[in-house]
Amino acid sequence: MKYSANSVWENKDEYDIAVIGAGHAGCEAALASARLGFQTIVFTVCVDSIALMPCNPNIGGSSKGHLVREIDALGGEMGKVIDQTFIQSKMLNKSKGPAVHSLRAQADKLHYSRTMRQVLESQERLEIKQAEVVNIITEDKKVTGVQTYSGAVYRCRAVILCTGTYLKARCVYGDVSQNTGPNGLQAANYLTECLKDLGIKMYRFKTGTPARIDRNTVDFSKMEEQFGDERIVPFSFTTASEDIQIDQVSCWLTYTNNRTHEIIRKNLDRSPLYSGMIEGTGPRYCPSIEDKVVKFADKDRHQVFIEPEGLETNEMYIGGMSSSLPEDVQYDMYRTVPGLEHVKIVRNAYAIEYDCIDARQLKPSLEFRAVEGLFSGGQFNGSSGYEEAAAQGLVAGINASRMLQGTEPLIIDRSQAYIGVLIDDLVTKESHEPYRMMTSRAEYRLLLRQDNADRRLTKIGYEIGLIEEKRYKRFLLKERWIADEIDRLNHTHIGVNEKVQDLLSTYDSTLLNSGTTLAELIRRPELSYEILKPIDKGRPIMPKDLLDEVIEQVNISIKYEGYIRRQEKQVEQFKKLEKKKIPANINYDEVKSLRIEAVQKLKEYRPVSIGQASRISGVSPADISVLLVYLNA
Amino acid sequence: MKTQTIAAISTAMSDSGIGIVRMSGDEAFTIVDKIYEGKNGKRLSSQKSHTIHYGFIRDENELVDEVLVMIMKGPHSYTGEDTVEVNCHGGVYLVKRVLEIMIENGARPAEPGEFTKRAFLNGRIDLSQAEAVGDLIASQNEYALKSSIGQLKGNVKSKISDIRNKIIYHTAFIETALDDPEHISVDGYGEELRETVVELLSEIKALLSTCNDGRIIKEGIKTVIVGKPNAGKSSLLNVLVGEERAIVTEVAGTTRDILEEHINLQGISLNILDTAGIRETDDIVERIGVNKAILHADEADLIIYVMDASAPLDENDEQILKMIYGKPVIILLNKSDLDMMISRENVIDAYYAINPSKNESDQSKEIQVIEVSAKNQYGIDKFENIVKDMFFEGNLSFNNEIYITNVRHKAALQDARNSLQKVIESIDSKMPEDFYSIDLLDAYESLGNITGDTMGEDLINEIFSKFCMGK
Repeated sequence: MKYSANSVWENKDEYDIAVIGAGHAGCEAALASARLGFQTIVFTVCVDSIALMPCNPNIGGSSKGHLVREIDALGGEMGKVIDQTFIQSKMLNKSKGPAVHSLRAQADKLHYSRTMRQVLESQERLEIKQAEVVNIITEDKKVTGVQTYSGAVYRCRAVILCTGTYLKARCVYGDVSQNTGPNGLQAANYLTECLKDLGIKMYRFKTGTPARIDRNTVDFSKMEEQFGDERIVPFSFTTASEDIQIDQVSCWLTYTNNRTHEIIRKNLDRSPLYSGMIEGTGPRYCPSIEDKVVKFADKDRHQVFIEPEGLETNEMYIGGMSSSLPEDVQYDMYRTVPGLEHVKIVRNAYAIEYDCIDARQLKPSLEFRAVEGLFSGGQFNGSSGYEEAAAQGLVAGINASRMLQGTEPLIIDRSQAYIGVLIDDLVTKESHEPYRMMTSRAEYRLLLRQDNADRRLTKIGYEIGLIEEKRYKRFLLKERWIADEIDRLNHTHIGVNEKVQDLLSTYDSTLLNSGTTLAELIRRPELSYEILKPIDKGRPIMPKDLLDEVIEQVNISIKYEGYIRRQEKQVEQFKKLEKKKIPANINYDEVKSLRIEAVQKLKEYRPVSIGQASRISGVSPADISVLLVYLNA
Repeated sequence: MKTQTIAAISTAMSDSGIGIVRMSGDEAFTIVDKIYEGKNGKRLSSQKSHTIHYGFIRDENELVDEVLVMIMKGPHSYTGEDTVEVNCHGGVYLVKRVLEIMIENGARPAEPGEFTKRAFLNGRIDLSQAEAVGDLIASQNEYALKSSIGQLKGNVKSKISDIRNKIIYHTAFIETALDDPEHISVDGYGEELRETVVELLSEIKALLSTCNDGRIIKEGIKTVIVGKPNAGKSSLLNVLVGEERAIVTEVAGTTRDILEEHINLQGISLNILDTAGIRETDDIVERIGVNKAILHADEADLIIYVMDASAPLDENDEQILKMIYGKPVIILLNKSDLDMMISRENVIDAYYAINPSKNESDQSKEIQVIEVSAKNQYGIDKFENIVKDMFFEGNLSFNNEIYITNVRHKAALQDARNSLQKVIESIDSKMPEDFYSIDLLDAYESLGNITGDTMGEDLINEIFSKFCMGK
């Protein structure tokens, strides 16, 4: 739909940055912009839907938990808000290596949304405006303002698009189709045309969500209760863990069965995905129950998690059974699941289609190559997930600000953070489905742990201006304690004596034949820093609020030293290629011996470094060699 | 006495920086004058011996490469003959092109070891030196070239792909469980994985052991020539070898023992055994020869069945057709210069009549039948090309094993082996499961270097296609 204004009114207030959308990306973008000193206005189609969680009621999870901690280390807000609003918390993969430990919290959705809104409302230089933005105003391919549906024009110097799933959104189940955004909210129908006019290439993605059901109609006696962790670990490095040891609510586990699958199979022709009403394929990591039944036909049951949506609502989320089957089939299907025999559906499950962009049009700074001052983040960039959105929103907000400051953009590379992997993948790799973060996407994941996100990023956050002085000082102190302790443990010799041998035998650890160091003992899987306390006479008294964090870092650094070194070496190699910059004005047609496919891809993506070029599909190692030779010549 | 001028690539065919193409013989200077263009326009033949010159190699009007040319006048050269060495830019293509230009202008490709042979014949080196150098040169056949530029086909590729598929499958399982721990558990997976990794390690070690197998260089592919007496087996061998080695007479049954020759056919080392003609015979000595021939044919990597096209098929042919069933074979209809009594179709029909195929995939395997004439050397090129194709497509192997000759491939296999050993160590030292995938993926990438496959989105795709993730 093309927008044409009835009346135009120029708002004379001055703005530096306009953020379009106040979801998880928009909130981080707006907060970062305002905190970095820029007059910011954030537009939303509905103020009540700020920081809405329209799908699953949790924050974090495998690799996503990493993102939240990284956002926090850079000075973002998500971690702080979930620490105040979670109702259950779990560290996933606790029995695995530290690289894949991941924090996941059940959120009280409404509380989360309200709390984030309050943060926005109390932020200086940040203004919230309920309006649908229909136009991005540009002069000479440079952003100068935005226009809302009412015709009002807001002048600004940078725009951050965080429209999520709202652009020309359409919700579908069975043969029912409504042109609304998630949760029946108003869709944004005009902006797409404007973006196309600016030369931006659009995709159409889709995703889906399961039904919400009434807690009073669920028979929990037929399900397994899922508890939170006994000791809760906060997301934010600023939250003290003793402040968040709350009474937690439970989730519940049940399973589908052959009857469920039969009903689904019998009604597949009525699914909009299979009948062709929605085209293309859904995200593979988040398949609808229909997809699971079809694709994994040999499985006779699938897990179903029943999760509370909050403390002040009876609604519960049916994790694992998203669907776009017709309403009657949804009832039949859900009611085959043990415990859901008499379930009442509050909100139907649905699939949602929306416009987003091919993110390869973006620079690694998240600014569009085609339009100066136009940035974007979140689901609009073809990602999925609250955490992925927030991470991009934060980086887009930082970089829009840095553009206005006249400083170099913040580009986090793949060896620094999951955020780096996320953005690099988005702007470099072709994607035909919403992108979800996964630990397997991070090639240096032993270094990119959730426990050391602050050690990787706090300094950067401080230099950018989002980490306050006090927090940074505490961080430096922690760093010093870690370094000193590791050094001390490496140099503390332990002789063979009765006390030592007794301790070792208590933990079934091989007795000593000759002297060793404390560090060597910590390396043993069955031992740790804490266990060795009785034989560690020189142990210093650390500040209490740092103790747990320092011990964790000391243990991990010593225990996995060999692996960590190996990855650090790989990172050195990687950095060499990242550092080899490709001039922006390079003419690939001039580079002899590049294959035609490579020339096309390189022209399309315009990678900033040899490293980025090497990750583009269709560019072979031989092409990279050719390119290197050309650049060195 | 004039010697034919020979030329060959004397550096390893790899991605080395510089490649040297050497030419030796009476015409060496004449030829280089035709293809070399110096800065000052001087002809190399008029330059002093043992000097180096900068210029270009050209192919008619096209400049092919910027080169340094060293000239050495006989007898003060390695071979004792006039010798030219062209130092061109490395890379398989350029070096080969320079060689081709020399050949187009009058040189002929040197046989393996021929430079050394000439040096020896001209009294430049003693026999033991010649042998050592010869071994080295013999290893530089075209196979190394082919595989180094990623044209690896057939057995090696499929073997390595099999190993890679297993690695990525197990890695994907671990990763799925890590990404979705509430749906999929990887607890205790180490035991199962260990068994698989041990198997993979032994497969990689088997591949590696072929690297160290000097036999492939010296012996080549065991090729046995069979056929009825007087079909022209020995004549054919003589054509391939280029010397009168086997005794060729008009009397059937002349070859009573086994003759062995080593030839380099289009870069592939073949160890050819010429056998006694196979027929029912009462002659005891001939009978022994026939039995030996049957034995050798049974062990052969490649059988060349020479038929006399000027005579009809008989029961001896039937016996041989039965014997060669299912083996890599090329059937040569020799004496095609005479009136032909049998055609390709006759032979193919006879082959399938005698060996009714057990399943359809057998039927689709075409047997190679070509018309040749050892006498006037007709069809020999075609024969050589077929051998080459069979080899590179993996239909031919050495001692029924696949093998690795390329140095880089060997290094990649060693890396993969080391990575898999680290996986075992991690399992044995009870490291958490996520550590396994680090080394598994390293092994996967190393093996990919051999087949030219990069990792890309393989892992992510495997995760989604093989395992059901939740939500």
